[in-house]
Amino acid sequence: MSRNSVGTVLNALRQAGRRIGATTRRGLVFTLLFTAAGGMLARAAYLQVVHKDFLQDQGDDRYLRTVEVSAHRGMILDRNGEPLAVSSPVDSIWAYPPELLKQRERWPALATALDITPAELEQKLAGRETRQFVYLRRHLAPSAAQQILQLKIAGVHAQREYRRYYPDAEVASHLLGFTDIDDAGQEGLEKTFDAQLRGIPGSKRVIQDRLGRIVEDVESLRIPQPGQALTLSIDRRLQYLAYRALKTAVLENKASAGAAVIVDARSGEILAMVNQPAGNPNNRSELHGDLLRNRTITDVYEPGSTIKPFPVVLGLESGKWTPSTLVNTAPMQIGRYTVRDTHNYGTIDITHVISKSSNVGVTKIALSMPAERLWQLYRNLGIGAVTGIGLIGEQAGVLRPFSKWAEIGHANHAFGYGFSLTILQLAQAYSVLAADGVRRPLTLLKREQPLGPDDERRVMAASAVRQVRAMMEEVVTKEGTGLKASVPGYRVAGKTGTSRKIVAGHYTNRYFALFAGMAPASAPRLVMAIIIDEPKGGAYYGGTVAAPVFSQTMGSALRILNITPDDMPTMKIAGAVPAIGAKP
Amino acid sequence: MEPNDTGKFLKLIYLDLPLLLALLAVSGLGLIVLYSAGQRDLNLVIGQAMRLGLGFVIMLILAQVPPHYFRFWSPWIYLVGILLLLAVMAVGDISKGARRWLDLGVLRFQPSEIMKIAVPMTMAWFFGDKPLPPRWWHLLGGVLVTVVPFILIARQPDLGTALVVGCAGASVLFLAGLSWIVMIGLAGVLGAAIPLFWTFIMHDYQRQRVLTFLDPETDPLGAGYHIIQSKIAIGSGGIYGKGWLNGTQSHLDFLPEGSTDFIFAAFSEEFGLVGGCLLLVLYFFIVARCLYLATRAPDTYTRLLAGSLTLIFFLYAFVNSGMVSGLLPVVGLPLPLFSYGGTSLVTIMAGFGILMSIHAHRRTSTR
Repeated sequence: MSRNSVGTVLNALRQAGRRIGATTRRGLVFTLLFTAAGGMLARAAYLQVVHKDFLQDQGDDRYLRTVEVSAHRGMILDRNGEPLAVSSPVDSIWAYPPELLKQRERWPALATALDITPAELEQKLAGRETRQFVYLRRHLAPSAAQQILQLKIAGVHAQREYRRYYPDAEVASHLLGFTDIDDAGQEGLEKTFDAQLRGIPGSKRVIQDRLGRIVEDVESLRIPQPGQALTLSIDRRLQYLAYRALKTAVLENKASAGAAVIVDARSGEILAMVNQPAGNPNNRSELHGDLLRNRTITDVYEPGSTIKPFPVVLGLESGKWTPSTLVNTAPMQIGRYTVRDTHNYGTIDITHVISKSSNVGVTKIALSMPAERLWQLYRNLGIGAVTGIGLIGEQAGVLRPFSKWAEIGHANHAFGYGFSLTILQLAQAYSVLAADGVRRPLTLLKREQPLGPDDERRVMAASAVRQVRAMMEEVVTKEGTGLKASVPGYRVAGKTGTSRKIVAGHYTNRYFALFAGMAPASAPRLVMAIIIDEPKGGAYYGGTVAAPVFSQTMGSALRILNITPDDMPTMKIAGAVPAIGAKP
Repeated sequence: MEPNDTGKFLKLIYLDLPLLLALLAVSGLGLIVLYSAGQRDLNLVIGQAMRLGLGFVIMLILAQVPPHYFRFWSPWIYLVGILLLLAVMAVGDISKGARRWLDLGVLRFQPSEIMKIAVPMTMAWFFGDKPLPPRWWHLLGGVLVTVVPFILIARQPDLGTALVVGCAGASVLFLAGLSWIVMIGLAGVLGAAIPLFWTFIMHDYQRQRVLTFLDPETDPLGAGYHIIQSKIAIGSGGIYGKGWLNGTQSHLDFLPEGSTDFIFAAFSEEFGLVGGCLLLVLYFFIVARCLYLATRAPDTYTRLLAGSLTLIFFLYAFVNSGMVSGLLPVVGLPLPLFSYGGTSLVTIMAGFGILMSIHAHRRTSTR
């Protein structure tokens, strides 16, 4: 009975289950269907209605970008509007390797267009197969980049950049300096006047794809403001002439370096500033210290004999001396030191003290006056203080107070030892000589207005200066030490100098050869100072090594500037130069 | 009289008009979306259109075959499928780290696709002449028919397809009237098997997918990238969408697999909630129509087969849209009739062909 009843119950349960099952099963299928559809609908509504704003922002974050639009950097121009530094648009070619790897058959064509060998292209991509971005070639001319893009190779793209270009390459490189990859000034004028040259970058909103390629410009947020142009006092033609002459002299004399400056005596404008050695600023691999240094402002030298005209001016101003005053130039004893010339010239007049460059002569003139007078003059000429042209790295030189000089120091300062200055400072001092004793501030920027009386300062008496200039003309004669500085058709006043190089605190048998001068001597316009560092070609005198740079540069410069010759009847014959035995 | 003529013609070639129209609508919409999601590559669209054409032709051919032929061939197709799966295991081609393909020289295909049809056919054949609800030993046979291909496919590894095959088998069991007690028991066994499955069957990348599904933000640049980008694409569509060809996430390459598995996200971005609802309604209609056809099937075999095929289609659509919208973990199942790609399309259209045959031949069968 129990078994039977259990069977009956089980049977009944099975029947009920089957009945319920059959109907519930269909219901379950439809329930499942509706639940799934409802779930999807709810999910979609959740994403597209409730979370819409958040997800849209997230989406925008992925492709909307605000990018900087680089402003065009201002040009640097010479005084005549010739470009010295220009920013030109360039294109850099880059690749998306995963795409490029799919079409190896196009590689040879691509390599040819890039102007590299297939092996080099291979090498650029080797090991970078999974990268998103690989430069193939940077800074190509837009036309060249266009040709590459026209090959329509998938995965090859171009990117617009600005690149600073220096048309004159190394000729003005030390002066101009250079910019970094972002076109910001790093050295020289590019750095000094960066604020003016650099524009204000703009910004725009763009759409970028996953690889960062700009697909579309949406809107411009701020228009970039281009930088202002900078007009220099430099005359590109003179810069080139001076550079060529300096380079020739450095090469011919196997010198380690050289520097020269040309100043317009009437305005204080610097017309040329050149250095050797030099690197091409368009080639970044040549941008390193030795090639970049603007030695005209960063390196200081003892001026040697080139300083002698100044103590002589003092002597004439004092009234104790006249050009014809005779002086015995036999070696003289100062304490335990002996001051001597290379030859004993005997008793000569002051003109010959300059033309023969007598140490004893200038020492006697200087010692006839208090040391303070000489110190004050040097200070007034700008020695020991920066010139104010604003270039970074400019050195002031060393001029110790006269109280520390002692008698031998006083003598040394008269013939150019015991203090140091830059070649720019030497040119500045000579421009005062050229301007009849009036000092005008130097500048690297073109003067838009002539200097007023407030800008000028008389530091030497005009009559004394003129007399000394006449003596300096005698330097550039067969009798003087600087014949090689002569310029056909023009009278030249100048002074040679040769100073021993100090290495580790001791004078050595290595030399600096200097020349500083001006032309035309009757009404000086151009002043040039030159230094050749360590000539090793045998000759090392300023008159032999540095003076020809003056002659070569000025010969063309004076004519280019249309300056009236003042020595037409007695045209000197360049090249007919006798051996120079005098001490420079 | 025109529609009447058309109806007669369709009857003549054994096609069901409402289902055919819905399929054409979804396919056409899919092509339009594909043009946009595929970066306006017309070749892509033409290729897909040709595949769809092939699918419709296969559907048309299968619709002409009376169901008793399917019934007769069911176990044989299944056996051939199992042999091919074993062949894949031995000599199959490896692509993307998985051994799924069999290269027959002229033809390269995935035998696992055959099983999507063969398993429901065989299950229906197996239960078709047995008393329902099935006895427990019958049940055991059915489970065996399903589990063998499931394991073979899961080992390839191809979890998506294995899941479809498993569900196909399970759906026949369910429709066959499996008792609730057994079903709950099986569910319990399955639940208990999950840890084993996790440890022994699943590959690292599959485990990663599940973990990523649970918290996509943990690895936004790696495994979670797909889900996050896809959710962003869907959400930024809003209610009305950005308009055709205006989707940014898909066009700017931020949406991965935007024309294949994740095409629903590309569609949702451009057509919004409104478009999504329309698509959902179309899929819902297809499934509902197929279920209706299934209920009107004349015998157990055809009813079970039709129901199972319907549930497979439903599974595809739901799993894909669920995965793309972040409801379900990422399983590589395409959105049927929508995603770019051919293999699964052919299988699905074959399924519809069988469904139409079952419906259209019901009078001849019952007679």
